[in-house]
Amino acid sequence: MAGSGKAHLRNADEVLLRVENLVKEFPAGGGKVVHAVSDVSFDVAEGETLGLVGESGCGKSTTAKAVIQLPPPTSGSVVFDGTDLTDLSAEELRQQRPQFQMIFQDPISSLNPRRRVRDIVSEGLEIWGGSGGGAFTEGRVDEIIEAVGLDPQEARKRRPHEYSGGQCQRISVARALVLDPKVIICDEPVSALDVSVQAQILNMLEDMKDRYGLTLLFISHDLSVVKNVSDRVAVMYLGKICEIGDGDEIFKNPVHPYTRILLSAVPDPANPFAGESETLDGELPSPINPPAGCRFHTRCAYAQDICRSEEPQTEQEGDGDHWVACHFPVRNDAPAAD
Amino acid sequence: MSESPLLVVEDYHVGFRTETGLAKAVDGVSFTLNRGQTLGIVGESGSGKSVLNRGFMGLVSSSRMIESGSVLFDGQQIVNQDRQDLWGKRIAMIFQDPMTSLNPVMKVGKQIFEPLRRHLNMDKGQARERAIELLTSVGIPSPAQRLSQYPHELSGGMRQRVMIAIALAAEPEMLVADEPTTALDVTVQKYILDLLRELQQEHGMAMTLITHDLGVARGRTDEVMVMYGGRKLEHAATETLFADMHHPYTEALLASTPSLAHPKHTRLFPIPGSPPDIVDPPPGCRFSPRCMYAQDRCTTDNPETTSLTDHEYACFYPVGSDAGAEALKHNQDAGQTATGLKIGRAKEGAH
Repeated sequence: MAGSGKAHLRNADEVLLRVENLVKEFPAGGGKVVHAVSDVSFDVAEGETLGLVGESGCGKSTTAKAVIQLPPPTSGSVVFDGTDLTDLSAEELRQQRPQFQMIFQDPISSLNPRRRVRDIVSEGLEIWGGSGGGAFTEGRVDEIIEAVGLDPQEARKRRPHEYSGGQCQRISVARALVLDPKVIICDEPVSALDVSVQAQILNMLEDMKDRYGLTLLFISHDLSVVKNVSDRVAVMYLGKICEIGDGDEIFKNPVHPYTRILLSAVPDPANPFAGESETLDGELPSPINPPAGCRFHTRCAYAQDICRSEEPQTEQEGDGDHWVACHFPVRNDAPAAD
Repeated sequence: MSESPLLVVEDYHVGFRTETGLAKAVDGVSFTLNRGQTLGIVGESGSGKSVLNRGFMGLVSSSRMIESGSVLFDGQQIVNQDRQDLWGKRIAMIFQDPMTSLNPVMKVGKQIFEPLRRHLNMDKGQARERAIELLTSVGIPSPAQRLSQYPHELSGGMRQRVMIAIALAAEPEMLVADEPTTALDVTVQKYILDLLRELQQEHGMAMTLITHDLGVARGRTDEVMVMYGGRKLEHAATETLFADMHHPYTEALLASTPSLAHPKHTRLFPIPGSPPDIVDPPPGCRFSPRCMYAQDRCTTDNPETTSLTDHEYACFYPVGSDAGAEALKHNQDAGQTATGLKIGRAKEGAH
């Protein structure tokens, strides 16, 4: 895995966002470099949700942030609606900013505790006036607060600590929606919530997506959640994409060894891969000095010599929307029962 | 099952004095735990599952806390007693966040030596030898080198393994695991849970596994207890509970959990409303304001616990019974429950 390649990209006119050869490196001191994201390419069509999954440190958040130029990637292009964001001047980029919004994991610490909730939601609008949001007016702040399931009158008086965690996440969503964005990056938006509240927020995100025509990049380490919300899913490992394609297809028929290990670890009674005894050996290699060839080879049971020297490129698996970067994809159709 | 249980909890209460009144965090919970068994405790935040365990371990003793009822550990009453002589030696605990439960300025080795020297009176050399054995048993590579590292030099999964090594150092009879894998990736979670099961079988240790993840509870426990608002709503052998649950809250928790079995964009069923105020809980059944089955009686009377073989539940209109089916149909026809909760096609929301 851990592959590069762009075979899985669709035609430029079919997609809203096209990311090619995205690289993000950070200096690590002593002349060393952290290779957080290395040559990642993917695209997202309008109205689609792309789920990014992988373990801590695989670069899923860094990828999403580099897409919205926060901070800009080291190299690669991010074409949004025909414009390459990496070519824009600071002011041109600023003009594009209202199109991209973000929702974070911890709903309480991502809201200013000293401000009233309505002010938090309307701030973007105050900064941008009519220029950023177009049709949005002051009255629509209330509409949006209501749309996410909160009371606009109460929001005028109350501060974030007077709301529960789930309600704070609703406030974050309202704040993200107020400038009529095209793309919202959801970075582990339900990880800090109880399942009952998680279900409320996931349903609400789906409603908002329909109502406001949103395109989502949804980051989560919870595979059941990602399966539920995503149209397409990209599985990442150590700064590379292993497998990408239609969510239902990938969860039903994963062929990358890493995807299979990840899936087999999900404690879900309905998990068809739970019986597979594979476990992940060893520790995640350091992104300062990532393994050559396929980055997963150090922990992969299927690794051969070619995996240590040559990086696999994404290739189509079957004839549907399913792409994998692996020299030896695992193709036994249904997992054995024993 | 014939020998005497390790832990017998009866009508146990933990309250906290707050400015607005007494917060009844644990309100009359009873259960027993046999040696070598794992009891899963599930429920939402604020259900009292952590306070219950910390309460009987004596970890919340403060001037604001009141405990009452009976907890027999190996036949010995421990409520309102000093429990320090049990800690580490007979009951150990591991927590959710291994970073904050390890001392950041003390080397890993010293933190493992401490229980060995204190509880087992080992000298330095013996403790070092045993520490290396322990680190090996929890699957830590090059254990001798790890002894001189600080917690921040280890990954989250490694830190949790160190915590487990420390907890098991004195071979306790019981382990309280409070969300031990919540902060970890699924692959690491699987490793830690496998490890716990292995070590548990090796030492015949009993365990309470506190989790909000029903999948974890289902795969890793012998029995499951469902808590809500400080009370126990349902308790059964794990297989029985998931095959034939009786409490509407258990059913609702399960229905709100996304599953790999469902295709993408499957609509989830959240539990409407929010957990009860434990200072001023709703009268009757505490779950009634959020329950699809609620009838008038649920708003005034607290349901007694019904005990079947291996299955206890506290509900007037249990799931899977005629009374439950009738109650649900009655509410669906009326479009709302006895507590005014709108059901049917109504949209769910925060209010």
